[in-house]
Amino acid sequence: MSGTLTARRIALHVFLGLTCLVWIAPLLYAFYTALRPYQDTQRLGYVSVGGHYGLGNFTDAWSQAQLPQYFLNSVLITVPALVLTLLLAGMVAFVVSRYTFRINVALLMVFTAGNLLPQQALITPLYKLYQLVPLPLWLSDSGKLDDSFLGLVLVHVAFQTGFCAFVLSNYMKTIPGELGEAALMDGASAWRQYWQIIMPLCRPVLAALATLEFTWIYNDFFWATVLMQTGSKRPITAALNNLTGEFFVNNNLISAAALIVAVPTLVVFFALQKQFVSGLTLGANKG
Amino acid sequence: MAGVPLLLTTALVWLPALLSVVLSFASWPGIGGVENIHWVGLQNYRNILTIYPPFQPAVEHNLIWLVVFFCVPAPVGLFLATQLDKQMRGSRLYQSVLFLPVVLSLALIGFMTELIFSPTQGLLNNLTGHARGSSVVDWLGDPHLNIWAVLLMACWRQTGYVMIMYLAGLKSVDPSLKEAAALDGAGGRQTFRHVVWPALRPINVVVLVITVIESLRAFDIVYVINRGTNGLELLSVLVTDNIVGEASRIGFGSALATILLVISMAFVIPYLFSTFRKEERG
Repeated sequence: MSGTLTARRIALHVFLGLTCLVWIAPLLYAFYTALRPYQDTQRLGYVSVGGHYGLGNFTDAWSQAQLPQYFLNSVLITVPALVLTLLLAGMVAFVVSRYTFRINVALLMVFTAGNLLPQQALITPLYKLYQLVPLPLWLSDSGKLDDSFLGLVLVHVAFQTGFCAFVLSNYMKTIPGELGEAALMDGASAWRQYWQIIMPLCRPVLAALATLEFTWIYNDFFWATVLMQTGSKRPITAALNNLTGEFFVNNNLISAAALIVAVPTLVVFFALQKQFVSGLTLGANKG
Repeated sequence: MAGVPLLLTTALVWLPALLSVVLSFASWPGIGGVENIHWVGLQNYRNILTIYPPFQPAVEHNLIWLVVFFCVPAPVGLFLATQLDKQMRGSRLYQSVLFLPVVLSLALIGFMTELIFSPTQGLLNNLTGHARGSSVVDWLGDPHLNIWAVLLMACWRQTGYVMIMYLAGLKSVDPSLKEAAALDGAGGRQTFRHVVWPALRPINVVVLVITVIESLRAFDIVYVINRGTNGLELLSVLVTDNIVGEASRIGFGSALATILLVISMAFVIPYLFSTFRKEERG
């Protein structure tokens, strides 16, 4: 009995090991390509062994493709969007979970459904709207919400609040109501309850959501492609698309650039894997 | 307190969604103000159905995407999750590797697709001996083949996503139920069918919704490869094409967007009602 059990275990390990190998092969291959100079792969073919290996493509991509600037753009979009999303979603969740209004469920549905719509279903009027809303020049070179960092931040916040509010409200409902009532007796306002009692208690969920939202906002390609016309102001994922136009025969350089772009999400993934997974599943379990 | 976020979501999500529907009955070149809008009734829809060649392939591709996402990442993700749930050493490592593609952006996966499927330089043709002469298979250029190459990569990412959902679901199944089933002499398969599967019901609903939504949202990979043309048309790409660029056709694009909106709402609304009804009871 135990003999067949071990045999089964071994078979399972072999199966999972092989699957993982196949799974990670595309990434390893991209890395391998990025390690080789363009000239060598021209001479020997891309699928070959030999020639030189080194990190030259990575340094070239970093300097020639202006990656630092695109990274800065991504930071300018992702960080404010992330902070605002969590803050505002926290407020929605607080209201929905701590007070009993008749419209609470409807309110939460408005937010959650918004997050489930395909972005392309809203883009046509949104694009027009963005071109009509004026902004002061210090906020936007174009003088409009269109083609501005603020515009991208706002659309991310509007879109992502739904998911976060849903997850946060589920969590807040598990916090005993007496906690808020006691604070109310002591004369704490709604704002203080939210800011000093409820939000600190939500720290683990907020961490999970922050991890998840970081990758979603950072990886966004669609909003940035449509709502940011100036190429040099695009976040790094969307800017990669311009690069392929510039260096399109040099797959080695593009591979290196693509891998550099993936670094922040990979770092977040490996460092905060637990948060990442729990963020995804917090939304799912309650569904 | 919920006012600010409500205003923002209404203004930037629900108002545009509503305006998509309204503008779908209009003709508006996008130049000039609102006074240039002409109301044309169902003309846009009629044109989409009759004289807009990319529409039919786009619908077909979206459908293929949906069917493939149902048949591959959903069952494979469930299968991998059940294997990983067997509490063995190293399962965290396996889990990490299988989940890794989920954090990669789809745009990036688009580039990797080119690296693998490029006809003369790609990994696949070189490994299978189709990189030279008359035997070259043009994976990304052939309109009958490229959708499958793209889908393979899309499934690569989607499977990890589904897997993690199911893994969470499996972890929440009460182990004593499984033990009780084993004591009653139920085999692995029977236990799964009668104990585990019913407990996974809520996860199945979530997987169903993300499968539908992700296949309707599909955009980045095909846009990176060839802007969604020549065999890679999708509804999302057609909407985008009609508003960006010089000849923006707001009304026409809105009609396409409305079609996309209606299809997604047909799944989102029942999902929300089932979710929130449970909430009210609980």
